[in-house]
Amino acid sequence: MRYTDEYRDPQAARRLIDEIGRTTLAPFSIMEFCGGHTHAIMRYGIRQMLEGHVHMLSGPGCPVCVTADVDIDRVIALATVPGVMVATFGDMIRVPGTRSSLQQARATGADVRIVYSALDALELAQQNPDASVVMLGIGFETTVPTVAASVIQAQEMGLTNYFVYSMHKLTEPATRGILDAGEVHLDAVLGPGHVSAITGWGMWEFLPRDYGIPCAISGFEPLDILQAVLDIARALRDGEPRVSNSYRRGVTAEGNAVAQSLVARVFSVDAAEWRGLGEIPDSGLWLRPEYQAFDARAAIEIPEDAIAEPSPERRACRCGEVLRGVMTPPECPLYDKLCTPATPIGPCMVSAEGSCAAYYRYGGSII
Amino acid sequence: MCLAVPLAVKRIHGALADVEIGGVMRQVSLVLTPEAREGDYVLVHTGFAISVLNESEAQETLALFAELAEAERQLDEEEALRLSDTEAGA
Amino acid sequence: MPQDAMSDVILMAHGSGGKLSHDLVERVFIKHLSNPILNSLEDAAAIDLTDGNGQLRGQPVFTTDSFVIQPIFFPGGDIGKLSVCGTVNDLSMQGAIPLYLSSGFILEEGLPLRDLETIVASLAVTARGAGVQVVAGDTKVVEHGSADQVFINTAGIGVVPPGVHIAAKRARPGDVVLVSGAVGDHGLAIMTQREGLRFESPLQSDCAPLNDLVRAMLDVCPDIHVLRDPTRGGLATTLNEIAEAAQTGIAIREMAVPVHEPVRAASEILGLDPLYVANEGKLIAIVPPAKAGIVLAAMRAHPLGREAAHVGGVVSDHPGRVVLETVLGTRRLLDMLVAEQLPRIC
Repeated sequence: MRYTDEYRDPQAARRLIDEIGRTTLAPFSIMEFCGGHTHAIMRYGIRQMLEGHVHMLSGPGCPVCVTADVDIDRVIALATVPGVMVATFGDMIRVPGTRSSLQQARATGADVRIVYSALDALELAQQNPDASVVMLGIGFETTVPTVAASVIQAQEMGLTNYFVYSMHKLTEPATRGILDAGEVHLDAVLGPGHVSAITGWGMWEFLPRDYGIPCAISGFEPLDILQAVLDIARALRDGEPRVSNSYRRGVTAEGNAVAQSLVARVFSVDAAEWRGLGEIPDSGLWLRPEYQAFDARAAIEIPEDAIAEPSPERRACRCGEVLRGVMTPPECPLYDKLCTPATPIGPCMVSAEGSCAAYYRYGGSII
Repeated sequence: MCLAVPLAVKRIHGALADVEIGGVMRQVSLVLTPEAREGDYVLVHTGFAISVLNESEAQETLALFAELAEAERQLDEEEALRLSDTEAGA
Repeated sequence: MPQDAMSDVILMAHGSGGKLSHDLVERVFIKHLSNPILNSLEDAAAIDLTDGNGQLRGQPVFTTDSFVIQPIFFPGGDIGKLSVCGTVNDLSMQGAIPLYLSSGFILEEGLPLRDLETIVASLAVTARGAGVQVVAGDTKVVEHGSADQVFINTAGIGVVPPGVHIAAKRARPGDVVLVSGAVGDHGLAIMTQREGLRFESPLQSDCAPLNDLVRAMLDVCPDIHVLRDPTRGGLATTLNEIAEAAQTGIAIREMAVPVHEPVRAASEILGLDPLYVANEGKLIAIVPPAKAGIVLAAMRAHPLGREAAHVGGVVSDHPGRVVLETVLGTRRLLDMLVAEQLPRIC
């Protein structure tokens, strides 16, 4: 498969590791912002390959993991409203809220559909004119334009039963939040390649400029990740914090202008609540007043008793600290004891991109 | 946010395109990449093309990996020469 | 209404035991499944597990499986075909010769009769091809909404020939792990048909009865230690089950596991891992190292084993766990599936 297999070559991987070893002056730590990177690093055993040279820390780039309980509880409650059909990406279905999950709600009669694309949700709205189809808007800058496009299309089609419940978040404020909290020592950031395909790599200049650390924009194949780590090693060796575009086939400095303008048309930026990071100003996307007709928050009334009291296990959940890079999953007292993929206490264990799930699945502790 | 796959654009009709990888066909939206042309490769995320892949940049990246191979080969050669010099001198 | 006319959908009356039920059995089930035992329509079937000399042909084994798959028609098969393959394969994984099946149908009121006939015809063709007889059956009808079109339960009886002793616990360090062909076809073919995922692709279920392949393998090596078909949860989960039962480790090479290109491509798009995707026409064999070569050759000589491969081995390290050597040559844990893989965005 083109554009995929070439970036998985074992010999080239070995050479990149050797070159990283030759370039590194001392071991350094990189935060991989994106859950997809955590997943790839564990899936290909890259963590082991970099041992001794680089310490990889997982960041908060799992959109489901950073969604606050209050939002998860609200969408579960939405699903139980008669006439509502919730359309969601697969990532959300098993995520535990305070007391339940969308999957559990579905088991007791709620209409919840898994979709691959916001366009599928639009189609559900067309095929079910009597239902109010609510598309759950989760995801960072990569996904937001696709949901924005679906709203515009709904408007053009004259649909009155298509809604979006936006929980979209922005990567820059979260990255700043972690660095500002100063809880964890970072030498560099591995930048999310697909977010950057939309935003452009220029967005990441704030890292060298405001924090004095380098950033390499990385794709998701093993050679992409290793190339990005090498670019970081070189920047550290040179004492020159800079942004490197290590994903040149997919990312430009300015990004995707069409996508950016679609987003600006449909969404506005305001404060949002993040699991583990609290409320961050200018970090969330909300539907503009002109699109209020498509805003689930405005159009559909959610039962007041939606937000339950957390159970004792839930209160003991340390997802927030894992997301901030302060704690590795095995350090969490619940990890692999009360909290397993089969019995997840928090989103980090159930989401495909969650750090705890990645550790558990790929055996961070035994290999 | 992360899962996007490179797919080949086979045929375009309006804002939609038939894309293909490994024998699997799918229809995706080009609303975010109106500049895409038949024969291009696009990164697809949740049914939308988000970026047109830059073929020449891709080639350059692969060339960099090859360069590393060459550099390493030279290093190995130098190392081998050095060792044999040492032995010869001993 | 003329005597011969049948309703074109299943009605509650088809399950009530009266004339309509009897007609259904005659015109659909007997028509396709006809054999002397079934045709006698007694309340219970007399079966024979002995050879020409009145001796038991082997250790009798008995299994059951229920089939609720959606959609009921999928590329490469349907629920009828699957209901035979699943149970025949359960018996085959014990090393048994499958002999008799029962087939119990639960039909949803409103199911088109044409669909039922297609399913029963498919079931019959598959059973005949596998050399098994359907000797007992039952049909019930439930109200519209109480079942998903059709559910089938298949129980099966076979005999394990003397000298064959297959059990997960028999896996030993040093044994070789073989797979009969490419993985992930069935699960991906199903997933591409589900609501919301549209592909125009050549993905087909690999649904097939494996008893003849197993026969060919046992002929060259009666001492096969383990046979398992990697159905739900895929290759990874099944290997974990074996490792757990045998309390040994299993090491697999990712590069060695055959995966068809379209399966790989569809998995990439949806963010799935073919190692965790269900198969309905594949088997894992764990064999003594000295026999690995001839067993593999026997598999490749068989139509259902053309792409058979040596994928790894049983080891004494990490007992109970499966470790994968990745395409990069690094090692990582290959855990079992916790919950159904779903398409993801991240």
